[in-house]
Amino acid sequence: MSNKKKKKLTPTQQKYQRFAKDREPKRPVLSNVIRAFIAGGIICTIGQGLQWMFMTYFNFTEVTAGNPTVAVLIIISVLLTGFGVYDHIAQWGGAGTAVPVTGFANTVASASIEHRTEGYVLGVGGNMFKLAGPVITYGVFSAFVVAIVKIAIKALGGM
Amino acid sequence: MIQGHQTWVFNSKPVILASSAVGGPFEAQGALAEDFDVLHGDIWLGEDSFEKAEKKFLEQACEIAIHKAGMKKEDVQFFLSGDLMNQIISSSFAARTLGVPYLGLFGACSSAMEGLALAALIVDSKAAQNALAGTSSHNGSVEKQFRYPTEYGSQKPPTAQWTVTGAGAALLAQEGEGPRVTSATIGRVIDMGLSDPYNMGGAMAPAAVDTIQAHFRDLNIDHSYYDMIATGDLGRVGHQIAADLLAKHGVKIPAKKFTDCGILIYKKNQPVMAGGSGCACCATVTYGHFFKRMRKGELKRILIVATGALMSPLSYQQKESIPCIAHAVSFEMLEGRN
Repeated sequence: MSNKKKKKLTPTQQKYQRFAKDREPKRPVLSNVIRAFIAGGIICTIGQGLQWMFMTYFNFTEVTAGNPTVAVLIIISVLLTGFGVYDHIAQWGGAGTAVPVTGFANTVASASIEHRTEGYVLGVGGNMFKLAGPVITYGVFSAFVVAIVKIAIKALGGM
Repeated sequence: MIQGHQTWVFNSKPVILASSAVGGPFEAQGALAEDFDVLHGDIWLGEDSFEKAEKKFLEQACEIAIHKAGMKKEDVQFFLSGDLMNQIISSSFAARTLGVPYLGLFGACSSAMEGLALAALIVDSKAAQNALAGTSSHNGSVEKQFRYPTEYGSQKPPTAQWTVTGAGAALLAQEGEGPRVTSATIGRVIDMGLSDPYNMGGAMAPAAVDTIQAHFRDLNIDHSYYDMIATGDLGRVGHQIAADLLAKHGVKIPAKKFTDCGILIYKKNQPVMAGGSGCACCATVTYGHFFKRMRKGELKRILIVATGALMSPLSYQQKESIPCIAHAVSFEMLEGRN
């Protein structure tokens, strides 16, 4: 970060960057947002359908149906990744396919497939969480912080 | 010999005896499929990794060029090659197969013209009878090294480019038939502070502009000397920026005459965003498409400006900007002598 402050852009660089910016196609934010809404919505609807199916036909409760639902979504996502379809869906759906559990499964599966050539230990094992790792690390860390805050509030007589 | 600041003029005009272009399935669906020597339906080429497949592409391109020239690999005196892989493994491993004295280069996507310029210099200075210049890139191996796993679902912006899967090689000799290498302008590294790896065209455009202007200045010519001026892999975005920037600097090249290999190689309906990129982009289009047109007599004099982004995944993660380079090489069909 200090590096960024130190490295001030020269006037020529700034001038060129403005010049280039005017000629670059912008990310189509509105259509991306709409597509993300549709893609994410469809995935969640499928999830809801699965949950309903497990509750209706397999004697699961609303709480216990969560696990098999997520498992099925992960399996579908991993299969689509392996067949080379998921990245095309993601190019269309954007954040809609990245945010739900399917996106997480895709990061793990794609990294595993990619690094299969370097062997099972250093390749698959070492790179499996290359993309998913940061999510797990900071997910666990933020859960820890939130738990501490909750305990602190409780100890002070809140809640 | 040197003329001006950074241009070599090759007095003996080394000749391209033969050239080759090999491509993958995506290139087979592209706009220039006819101009490739071999097109593969399988990006793996039956190998078990992308890296091995890329090496195979380059080996094949070299074999075809040598075969077309009616030579054997023992006859080749020097092999100059570069690619995008870490430690340029594709080039070095292909050189191991060839068994020819080898110089490895790295100029990112500008390697095609960097190799050709040096090969021409070697042949022109009589340091060798002939020299082979090659380069390759592979969509899978490049995505794996520079970006994300190939099957990872990330949404690419409209400025992103598609790395060409393939390889090209050109065999230069002192005498023979074919397009002749007349001059080469070696580029300076230009960094305009851009750091978005999904907008290489925008980062590389100023380097191309700098080299084109240096070429015209050193040789005291203008665009009217050439039938075609093509940049390597700026793509639609970068090429537009380069054209506008040249116009701003007072160098107006007619749009008809100023093109880009990254725009030419794919069809409009292919999902390649801004166009093609990679070492093989400039190499296959030049060695396949342009040289074919020159041999047919459609083009007499062309200038190829290969552009390269000299970044690594590490430098990008450490928030460095992208230094860029461009090398220009001019080719002519000589009347009477061919």
